[in-house]
Amino acid sequence: MSAHPSSSLKLYFGIWITLLACTGLTVWAASLDLGRFNAAVALTIATFKAILVALFFMHLKGASEKLSKLVVVASLFFLLILLALSMSDYATRTWT
Amino acid sequence: MPDSQLTAAHNPALLHHFAEPQQQRDAASLGTWVFLGTEIMFFGGLFCTYLVYRRGYFGDWGAASKTLDVTLGATNTAVLICSSLTVVLAVWAAQTGRRRLLIGNLLATLVLGTAFLGIKGIEYKEKFEKHHVPGASFQFNNVRIPGHPDQYANPSHAEIFFALYFVMTGLHALHMIVGIGIFIWLTVMAWKGRFTPEYNTPVEMGGLYWHFVDIIWIYLFPLLYLIDRHP
Repeated sequence: MSAHPSSSLKLYFGIWITLLACTGLTVWAASLDLGRFNAAVALTIATFKAILVALFFMHLKGASEKLSKLVVVASLFFLLILLALSMSDYATRTWT
Repeated sequence: MPDSQLTAAHNPALLHHFAEPQQQRDAASLGTWVFLGTEIMFFGGLFCTYLVYRRGYFGDWGAASKTLDVTLGATNTAVLICSSLTVVLAVWAAQTGRRRLLIGNLLATLVLGTAFLGIKGIEYKEKFEKHHVPGASFQFNNVRIPGHPDQYANPSHAEIFFALYFVMTGLHALHMIVGIGIFIWLTVMAWKGRFTPEYNTPVEMGGLYWHFVDIIWIYLFPLLYLIDRHP
């Protein structure tokens, strides 16, 4: 899949170190009192890690087939519908 | 007879209903991604439940979350990230025809996956000892809500947190067990020398599944362990 074997190895180890560093970062950030932003920071770091895994470990970045990418985007879109519509219901139930 | 069919006849791994190895590999990849799409919706329902109750019982859930062991949770996150590295190295080894490196990385993945389940088992045992397992013996009295030292957490709201904790981590652990089964099979196949630079699709697809399970944990860790962790 990759033209230069050694360069893809460097990339994998780089991503691995970044993921471990992000794990340390999120544990440290949780010990700070950021008020309402604690959850936002934790989820932003988690999403960054998930994107790194999907793009480089699952090889979505260099994928030749557009259909696989379409499936990923479609899945996330429907997940967003599930979460957004459910929460718009629960968040507005007490409105009068 | 076109060239592609001529070479196809010489490739024992190519199934008869595919025109060429690349088409066969792309079909497997698409099928795996569609399966992972259904898995996103499967876990999505649980994440949605989490959001609804987290919003409703914010303080009680913060108190319940604080009883979890962050050190064990962070260790497990690191273990899974390391296993994702060994998986991607295994895929690389299969694609470049390094059989010994492939088997070594598959075995390392199995060891790390088992270590994850072992640490999870220690955490589950602790929940039973503290009576934090939802059910008749559940106890969560006199636990203060983080940020509100004068208020105590509602035990029945905390019980919902622990119910969701067990369902989400349990379903994730079940996926890990399935993943370990897949990787034992891959190790046997690699041992028999079935994977070559021309045919290594099972390693690649097993890897996709493993990385997906890793991504689920990447979200479970902050959501379950890191709520209101600050003093």
